[in-house]
Amino acid sequence: MAYDVRTRQHYRDELGAIEAAGLFKQERFIHGAQGVEIEVEFPAGQPARPVINLCANNYLGLLSHPDVVAAAHAGLDARGYGMSSVRFICGTQDLHRELEGRLSGFLGTEATLLFPSCMDANAGVFEALFGDADVLIADRLVHASIVDGMRLSKAQLDTFKHSDMAHLEEKLAEHMDKRFRVIVTDGVFSMDGDLAKLDEIVALGDKYDALVFVDDSHATGFIGAGGRGTHEAKGVLGRIDLITTTLGKALGGASGGCVSGRAELIEMCRQRARPYLFSNSVPPVIAAAALRVLDLIEQSTERRDRLEENARYWRRLLGEAGFDVRPGDSPIVPVMLYNARLAQDMARDLFARGIYVVGFFFPVVPKGQARIRTQLSAAHEKRHLDRAIEAFVEVGDEHGVLGLGKQQIVERFGA
Amino acid sequence: MDELQKMILDYVRREYLEEEDDREIGLDTPLITGGIVDSFSMVSLKRFLERKCEIQIPDAQATPAAFDSVRSIAGLVERIRGPVAV
Repeated sequence: MAYDVRTRQHYRDELGAIEAAGLFKQERFIHGAQGVEIEVEFPAGQPARPVINLCANNYLGLLSHPDVVAAAHAGLDARGYGMSSVRFICGTQDLHRELEGRLSGFLGTEATLLFPSCMDANAGVFEALFGDADVLIADRLVHASIVDGMRLSKAQLDTFKHSDMAHLEEKLAEHMDKRFRVIVTDGVFSMDGDLAKLDEIVALGDKYDALVFVDDSHATGFIGAGGRGTHEAKGVLGRIDLITTTLGKALGGASGGCVSGRAELIEMCRQRARPYLFSNSVPPVIAAAALRVLDLIEQSTERRDRLEENARYWRRLLGEAGFDVRPGDSPIVPVMLYNARLAQDMARDLFARGIYVVGFFFPVVPKGQARIRTQLSAAHEKRHLDRAIEAFVEVGDEHGVLGLGKQQIVERFGA
Repeated sequence: MDELQKMILDYVRREYLEEEDDREIGLDTPLITGGIVDSFSMVSLKRFLERKCEIQIPDAQATPAAFDSVRSIAGLVERIRGPVAV
């Protein structure tokens, strides 16, 4: 069909509806390398302005670390730019094998398989491993890529209330007739920053003979004393059957992801997972840099320790200023505003004061749970956070939210 | 409110509201467009109805629109199984 007037109008109307609903996403253009202090052009066409970045997943601040950049250069020189192949035809270098082995060692698992992204790993793993005799029981706040991946599988799907172990147990008991039960959760929840109760989840898995799947993208590299992830923090290293995670956040921040876990499950993904089978290998340059990232993380916990300290400091500043901060132990610190318009307006006003944050609202978070999500980095210095809190206090004061709890904010602004 | 509607309402409250969630849910409260039930979590409601009412709800009829209120869900169940006592 030709791209005629009717077709064009259809998509223009759809885009108009997205805009009218206040859900239209606009990109902001960063002039220069990603980091804590960046120059951002927004709206498009305006001069770039300096801002402090509080919304990147640059948890360890490694994306422009000189050693990582040097390793990427060396990898590029030695191994070239691309592979022009999927892994199983002629797209696997010894570097990929080495990185998979190193990731298994770091995560404390039996085997690992790289994917072009963690989104791809989540899209591939459920369909490759589980069928209509099985059930996947997911926390209701798991990442969208997991929801999509589960929908691609023929397994039955069920959900439990967020981090509600009694509800999970009910669901496990209800599905005892299935061949395999799989508990599916994020390690650190991306919008709330809370940690899954993996110790209790693993215990329930034992009790009800269920496998455990964890997406640890917002944890790998910095959660747990050695930065190995949520399973380390919760004392269940070696007990998680499947972990998916990313190289696109703390581990260098470029791209790439993996699934890691029981050897047979990983081998089955190598045989069956479609995003692995039908998309190009992780570029050698990324594998080379990721190996260096793992060196740095394994040599010292200094960066994850600084990140933890930054997150504690930032939480304290926000709390003392009178913001409603969702409690947690991760560098994801949500400032709760409950009202979508308020979250958007405050994010806009913070940007005008040189602080780059984003407001999130339904459908990204549950209705009535709008917030500004702030994310800390080991690269933040106290002066960045002190400068940021000044702006937050000014903007919070202007909007009249300081010192207000949920009920008062909802009464004043609506949910 | 008939028995079927009450049974569905009780299940929705138990299954989908968090402990601290004080939202009131009535027969016509929008469940999916109102953000109480997401389309992914809807599967447990469908399975509950099928088991409790001994029916099969065809996927084509288990639409977000049909599941958007307790009243419309009860209507769907009654159309499939006929209006008998629960």
